Amino acid sequence: MKILGYRVPMMASLLVWCAVWEIVGRLDLMLMLPPFTEVLRAVVELVQTPSWQSATVTTLRAFFIGMALSIVVGVPLGVLMGRVKLADELLGMWVSIFSSAPLSALVPVLMILFGFGEKTIVAAVFLFAIWIIVLDTRAGVRHISPSLIEMAKSYGATKRVLYIKIILWAALPEILAGIRLGLIRGVKGVVIGQLLVAIVGYGALFETFSRNFRMAEFWALTIILFAFALLIADLIERLEAKVEFYAGARQ
Amino acid sequence: MASIRTEGGAISLAPSARRNEARSWEDNPALLRLVSVVLFAGIWQIAGMIPVSFAFPTFVDTVIAFGGLIADGSLPKAYLSTLQPLILGVVLSAFLGVGLGTLCGLWRTGEWLLIPVFIVLQAAPVAAFIPMVTFIYGIGMTAKTLAVMILALPVIVLNTYKAVRNVNFSLISMCQSFLGTRWQVVSKIILPDASPVIFAGLRLGVAAGFVGVVLAELLITPTGIGDLITYNRSRANYAAMYATIASIIALSTLTLVALQWIETRVFRPEKRGA
Amino acid sequence: MPMTEPVDSIVEVRGISKSYGNIEALRGVDLDFPRGKLTSLLGPSGCGKTTLLKIIAGLVEADAGTISVNGRTVSKPGPERAFVFQDFALLPWATVLRNVAFGLELRGRALAEREKVARHYIGEVGLSGFEDKYPHELSGGMRQRVGLARALSVDADVLLLDEPFSAVDEQNRRKFQEDLIRLRTNQNKTFIFVTHSIEEAVYISDRIVLLSPRPGRISQIMEPQIDRSVDPDRIHRDKHYLDTVEEIWQGLKQYVD
Repeated sequence: MKILGYRVPMMASLLVWCAVWEIVGRLDLMLMLPPFTEVLRAVVELVQTPSWQSATVTTLRAFFIGMALSIVVGVPLGVLMGRVKLADELLGMWVSIFSSAPLSALVPVLMILFGFGEKTIVAAVFLFAIWIIVLDTRAGVRHISPSLIEMAKSYGATKRVLYIKIILWAALPEILAGIRLGLIRGVKGVVIGQLLVAIVGYGALFETFSRNFRMAEFWALTIILFAFALLIADLIERLEAKVEFYAGARQ
Repeated sequence: MASIRTEGGAISLAPSARRNEARSWEDNPALLRLVSVVLFAGIWQIAGMIPVSFAFPTFVDTVIAFGGLIADGSLPKAYLSTLQPLILGVVLSAFLGVGLGTLCGLWRTGEWLLIPVFIVLQAAPVAAFIPMVTFIYGIGMTAKTLAVMILALPVIVLNTYKAVRNVNFSLISMCQSFLGTRWQVVSKIILPDASPVIFAGLRLGVAAGFVGVVLAELLITPTGIGDLITYNRSRANYAAMYATIASIIALSTLTLVALQWIETRVFRPEKRGA
Repeated sequence: MPMTEPVDSIVEVRGISKSYGNIEALRGVDLDFPRGKLTSLLGPSGCGKTTLLKIIAGLVEADAGTISVNGRTVSKPGPERAFVFQDFALLPWATVLRNVAFGLELRGRALAEREKVARHYIGEVGLSGFEDKYPHELSGGMRQRVGLARALSVDADVLLLDEPFSAVDEQNRRKFQEDLIRLRTNQNKTFIFVTHSIEEAVYISDRIVLLSPRPGRISQIMEPQIDRSVDPDRIHRDKHYLDTVEEIWQGLKQYVD
């Protein structure tokens, strides 16, 4: 995209949309859309409130615990499915089903099993994130060139060494991609979990804001949440880029 | 900045054309799938029988409850209420999404303006908007349809856009060398070449649509499958609740499998010389 | 090499220049292509031969200069020129018959008529019986025949071929070259051929235009006097053929890095 001959990056169009947002808000065109600057101000005010801060702590804690669990369980499971055909045939169906199913339908189950607190949220994050991590890890492991494995074995690598020094590294680009997508799904999981449980963290805040029509704060919270999701996705992408250099040469 | 790497690569559940070389029981995929289902049911049954939680019904109980829900009509009624906004929302998203995606694929300014918005919408937890949508548009079809569209539209747009942008340039060049008009290039080259990925995007859109409608119903609206789940939970009819949940997951899965099967049959990938 | 008298030129290139950023792909190229003959554009990579071909075809716009075909200036593709692509550019979802008829389809000819024409040229290139096959069922050599048949079907005066045999295996390549010589005598068309293979150029061309790179310009024009009426295998041992190949190679050696 060029304006007056200068290349303008794609994401710059978001600034245009913010400007549109500002105008729409000023002109009071839509009921639930206050001017962008007002929302920005609300962001600044919101981060200083103790209620937001404690909600953030709760949310982040649940998110990171849930993600850590999904990685710790998901990656080995993916490796298992990638290496052991029987495991793949037995489990593959379920992983595939759950990775594209409406998982929010399962949150009520979590609510019964784990109660109405933070444990449910952690479980929700875990549930949402794990399947794509398993799938991508599996794909990464299956793409490993067999001659790489043969080479390691011919040089006397033990099983432990094989997995840690070869397999994990060879599949790392796909594993990271899976984790990135898992993070995005995990954020959706934490939001959906909290919306449904509604007395914890951001979910509670969203509930309060929308019910009391405090639109500026609603949008402020939304922006913070979206920014967080995009930020961590971006961070992982950078990490992926660092590993990408050998992804192409793995044949 | 966030890229457009859309998700894909889920293991295909559709029965692919496998050679009949079942050397041992381990090699027979259909049999193994059956074993897998039986194992799953078995584990469920046992787990339900251990007093882990009183809220965990056995597999058999759930099946019985399922039968009961169909018999007394509550399940069919709920589906009627759920499927309408789902289908409407998906159809609207399909037309709008393919249209917008094609536009952005062909027109640079459109791409610059719209694609970043959809990238954000796809990555961000737009579920947060659903309560607000129901708040403004009430608790009826409109809100649910909008919930479906909010979730389905971005993925359809982005897939279509990617497909159109990545059309084999050599074919476009060839068409121009034989004096093809702009419209002929779009209709005879771009759309046929992009159609497999567009269809894949539609499939992902349907999956997203299921998520949207279930979420909308769980959160607020007093009708449909989501509501049936919440209702049974509040009445402690756990078997019925589990049965309902299993049914929506099963329906979603079967629909997606059917779409995948169509995808491999109609858009024969081997014909594409991929 | 003796230069023959100027003949009737169907394509005239005057002062063509083209740059991609800092790289000068072509600088001030003047060239004539004699009617009814096969002229090769030969040179190492980076000499601009494919760029020149695409400019003649109207697929790429030159920065300066003109192209005229049959006396008329052209800047876009036209019915008097047909292009054969290096990577075949076949519609993977269409049969051989539809692919060959595609040029006519774009011009709005009726179905029955264009299928008839297509079948004729499918026979000409030796693919009779394959009309209902899909590209993925064909070998590389067969796919290129489809591309050739498609270009012949639109009855253009000038056929432009962009390294058409580079993606084809060695055995099929030789066969193709023999077929091309036969085709040239049967059809009354002008061929402009881009290749990086010296043997290929000397084998089939009436005239060879040597291009040198950085910037792309003409370094030499040759017309090898080779008797092509003899058995094709004999040509490869013909003294003129071997001498010409060696001479060209000596000239181009300096550009190989």
